[in-house]
Amino acid sequence: MSAHDGHAITTPGADFRERTASAVADPVLQQALHNLDRRFRTASEAAAAHPGRKERAAAIRRETLRDLDGWLDRLEAALTARGVHVYRAATPAEARRTIVDLARARGARTVVKSKSMATEEIDLGNALVDAGLTSIETDLGEYIVQLAGERPSHMITPAIHKTLAQIRDVLAAEANRELPVDREALTEWAHQRLRGEFLRADIGVTGVNFAAADTGTLVLVTNEGNGRFCTTWPRTHIALMPVEKVIPRLADTGVLLPLLTTHATGQSLSNYVTMLSGPRREGEADGPDELHVVFLDNRRRTLLGTKYEEMLACIRCGACLNVCPVYRNVSGHAYDAVYSGPMGKVLTPLLSGGAEGTDLPYGSSLCHACSDACPVRIPLGDMILSLRADVPAPQSAPRRRRRVFWTVWSRAWATPSGYRATTAIGRISRGKVPGLRAWTATRDLPRPARRSFRDRWAEEHR
Amino acid sequence: MPKVALFVTCVADQVFPETAAATVRVLEAAGVEVVFPEQQTCCGQPALTAGEPGAAARLARHHLDVFDSRAFDAVVAPSGSCTAMVCHHYPELLTDGHDRAVSVAARTYELTQYLVDVLGVVDIGARLDTTVTVHDACHGLRNLGLGSQARRLLEAAGATVVEMSEPDTCCGFGGVFSFGFPEVSTRLADAKLGHAATTKARYLVSGDLACLMHLEGRRTRVGPPTSPEPIHIAELLASGLPA
Repeated sequence: MSAHDGHAITTPGADFRERTASAVADPVLQQALHNLDRRFRTASEAAAAHPGRKERAAAIRRETLRDLDGWLDRLEAALTARGVHVYRAATPAEARRTIVDLARARGARTVVKSKSMATEEIDLGNALVDAGLTSIETDLGEYIVQLAGERPSHMITPAIHKTLAQIRDVLAAEANRELPVDREALTEWAHQRLRGEFLRADIGVTGVNFAAADTGTLVLVTNEGNGRFCTTWPRTHIALMPVEKVIPRLADTGVLLPLLTTHATGQSLSNYVTMLSGPRREGEADGPDELHVVFLDNRRRTLLGTKYEEMLACIRCGACLNVCPVYRNVSGHAYDAVYSGPMGKVLTPLLSGGAEGTDLPYGSSLCHACSDACPVRIPLGDMILSLRADVPAPQSAPRRRRRVFWTVWSRAWATPSGYRATTAIGRISRGKVPGLRAWTATRDLPRPARRSFRDRWAEEHR
Repeated sequence: MPKVALFVTCVADQVFPETAAATVRVLEAAGVEVVFPEQQTCCGQPALTAGEPGAAARLARHHLDVFDSRAFDAVVAPSGSCTAMVCHHYPELLTDGHDRAVSVAARTYELTQYLVDVLGVVDIGARLDTTVTVHDACHGLRNLGLGSQARRLLEAAGATVVEMSEPDTCCGFGGVFSFGFPEVSTRLADAKLGHAATTKARYLVSGDLACLMHLEGRRTRVGPPTSPEPIHIAELLASGLPA
């Protein structure tokens, strides 16, 4: 999930703080991020128009999590009854192996992919290339970051960190000819190029936005129609589905689909909603010969019954990224993780078992804008705060030092005399205590008052 | 006459005692008797945000020892953030003293919340002939649901409230965040000061001293010279009270 997967690191820095500093200091990136501010306003306004839906959606997602394994069993049975092949992968490695084996067994050469964060999570693109296949991203933004050798910087708009001129450079390098800095012309070039890839593809790989347990229906949301192309033209369609994507009933999409799209892009519904109910049957004109679904766990089920269980209610809309004051100023690459923004700060340490992204939860002002924006009411701000205590491992050296410091502080301040003694030191030193440089480099810091309020009060009320 | 215990907060006590004194004057103007439990120290929020809930719980228990009393009707703080620490975090933080935490949380209020929502007082008798813009501090806004209260108090005092763009976006303080991630933190302060400056208001009003300390610290360093002066709502209201 981290830098070792071979993606270029476009926001340099050894840790999250250094990368946020690089991002803030990068004028081209900051120029590109003006687009995000527009998106933020559009999506927030559209989302605010449907307050009642949040409650219903939150209830559906929690109903699912109360019996996740049960709904998965029902989904598997319904899918199997429709002729879909189901696999269960406990780890990213298992999921990669399952998909690569399916591709090899079919003698596939070219795979077309529809944008899917789950495939990013298991780094499927590189696994396919390592297996000798050609893997092409077909969402335009995702195609741009693939050509640039990067990873998406936003789960809905993968190339939000690039200016139009940068995008032109990436596409022109691939086209091996001059291309104008013009949205329509660039899109048209990519459209023609991708059309050829679609027609050549042996396998289409997608994620899943929702999977209805009652009917065995896979639901995919796209704006460019590439998802539909990936699932109808190639002979084989493989869908990678993180386990929490299951929903109890197809009818639940009536609440969840418009909620997802309004929070993602401000649209009341995406341009394309694809509902798949098995491979092509006798007499049908469209659809793949085979449909395979891989359920991906990757530590998700270990979150059930913990204080982080609700994180599995996430529908990947990106609303928390769009409102996050940190994300809006640094964008996704600074997180050096598949999932960025507030949900990424929570998910990255949890899905890696505390191995990755352990400094992400500290890069939050705890403003709780994410908790407010979340359409399924995940308390993201509270989870980010809790993770500061729960990761990294309690016995690490910096963690021990931190605990000693705050233990000493709290013992002193838990008594009025200790509080008086320590604050007196602060007053005598006129606030010149070590460790303030990070603040004072860019901001003035007021000194403690000559006389505290409590001393004044005591004098006035003697 | 309702009797209120002032939960002064360590920041007001040690760095901004004028704000604490103004809070007392505002409460008294609203017809409240104010007492000050002198055993109080800090709510423990710094330790919680640093990732040490055990240390935070130690201070939370002390806070409850001080404020779990029937000697007053309510506990009032000139800070949405410290109030949110008690109301939003204490019940979960204190597994051993959960009921006591819930009971104190139910009687703890941020200043404007207490005046407007509990007392039903909007006009405290202050007169202000000035223009202001309001920064909605995050924890008051999102943990306590505050927002309209400050504006109503200011307008009732005669101040003209000019809304800035994104009044509800974080100022970048965030406690340990302002030290751990100073570049983004400072960037957010600049954005907030810039939004405030476009209103051409005289004052940038907030209910949280930490946000104000952050914004003032940036403003005096490099902020736009036209940027409104950060001031706590209690101090501004108190300045308009008859002497």
